[in-house]
Amino acid sequence: MDWKGRDVISIRDFSKEDIEFVLKVAERLEEELNEKGSLDYARGKILATLFFEPSTRTRLSFESAMHRLGGSVIGFSSASSTSVKKGESLADTIKTVEQYSNVIVIRHPMEGAARLAAEVAEIPVINAGDGSNQHPTQTLLDLYTIKKAFGKIDGLTIGLLGDLKYGRTVHSLAEALAFYDVELYLISPELLRMPKHIVDELRERGVKVHETTDLEGAIPELDVLYVTRIQRERFPDEEEYLKVKGSYQVNIGVLKNAKETLKVMHPLPRVDEIHPEVDKTKHALYFRQVFSGVPVRMALLGLTLGVLEV
Amino acid sequence: MPENLKIEVIPEGTVIDHIPAGKWLKVIEILGLTKPNGGTLLIASNVPSKKLGRKDIVKVEGRYLSEEEVNKIALIAPMATVNIVKDYKIIEKFNVEVPDEITGILKCPNPNCVSNHEYVTPRFHVESRDPLKLRCHYCERTIEGEDIMGSL
Repeated sequence: MDWKGRDVISIRDFSKEDIEFVLKVAERLEEELNEKGSLDYARGKILATLFFEPSTRTRLSFESAMHRLGGSVIGFSSASSTSVKKGESLADTIKTVEQYSNVIVIRHPMEGAARLAAEVAEIPVINAGDGSNQHPTQTLLDLYTIKKAFGKIDGLTIGLLGDLKYGRTVHSLAEALAFYDVELYLISPELLRMPKHIVDELRERGVKVHETTDLEGAIPELDVLYVTRIQRERFPDEEEYLKVKGSYQVNIGVLKNAKETLKVMHPLPRVDEIHPEVDKTKHALYFRQVFSGVPVRMALLGLTLGVLEV
Repeated sequence: MPENLKIEVIPEGTVIDHIPAGKWLKVIEILGLTKPNGGTLLIASNVPSKKLGRKDIVKVEGRYLSEEEVNKIALIAPMATVNIVKDYKIIEKFNVEVPDEITGILKCPNPNCVSNHEYVTPRFHVESRDPLKLRCHYCERTIEGEDIMGSL
């Protein structure tokens, strides 16, 4: 696979080999970074971060990754400060920004926006989240974190908890996990179940899927518990949100029946779904997960820019 | 008059047969035949049919529709057959088949799909033909059954 110029839009565009390759490059870059402190593969290259929707950690993680690769960054962090407010189309914004940069990272509230941007741009486009659709770089860093923690992904039993209806991170992760020999527990309130088309697809691809509302019943089975926030901003109406707000909280009590080796993950930010007392336990993996974003995004930027020797 | 004479009555053009009764308007919309294009359009609706019970027939005089064009109607009339007529004779006959990609016919039912907000032609990839399941090229959601009909 030629990575130079490639877009990273959806985990559906990736094969298992692609995923494994990115994880391997990320691991190599993490080692190099530990050894040298900073790298200069992307010297002279410019990343444009177009965040039409607020996000702190994903944007900072991409910026950090580009700086650590020796490149530089331009961009905006809210659509209100751009010509979009004057009525400019997404296509025109992209065509303009590509004149200033070598790679574009886009976050947009509409599903499919990153795909459209990639069709318009001649430089590589990386999706940093499009509505409730995809967040492929989060998925790759999640897989990287699991692989670093367990040395493998195959054979694990993984629980996805919380907002499985609107949560794009769990949609992409579930689709990527279907490449591996895993068992999935989908744990959510009835109102926030994983969309049927994704569950059907997982089953068609041979994944053993359990759908449940019972976190405490599922927890003894799990190697990984991937917790998501119930995202108020994704709900079409406030009443629906109030019905499910605070449905689950992972705390010491909930974890008492977990395997010793259970790891708790969360794409962050959290609100009240993981009690801070869990941070000090050996189960907490979420801050390590945040760090994983840097080497994984370095790998993706370096590969799509064509500046890494592979 | 025998049914086959009704089908073969045009001198040149395309006859689309075995359209489910009541769907002829949708068919001519899909094929972009609702505006005057120089040729005569003949519609036979609610015709008795051994295969369907009742069917519609659309005859497009003086125009040969491409296979790809005609295949679009497989979305609403999977049993349809197409006859290419020249000098009052059927020179080619084929069944419609859903194409691999559906472009510009269906509107994505997801209100938050970028294709409903930006200047872009909606595109769908066929995930399965039986039952028909399509995936939006942009928002990646799948649609089936009644949702496909509702998006036409």
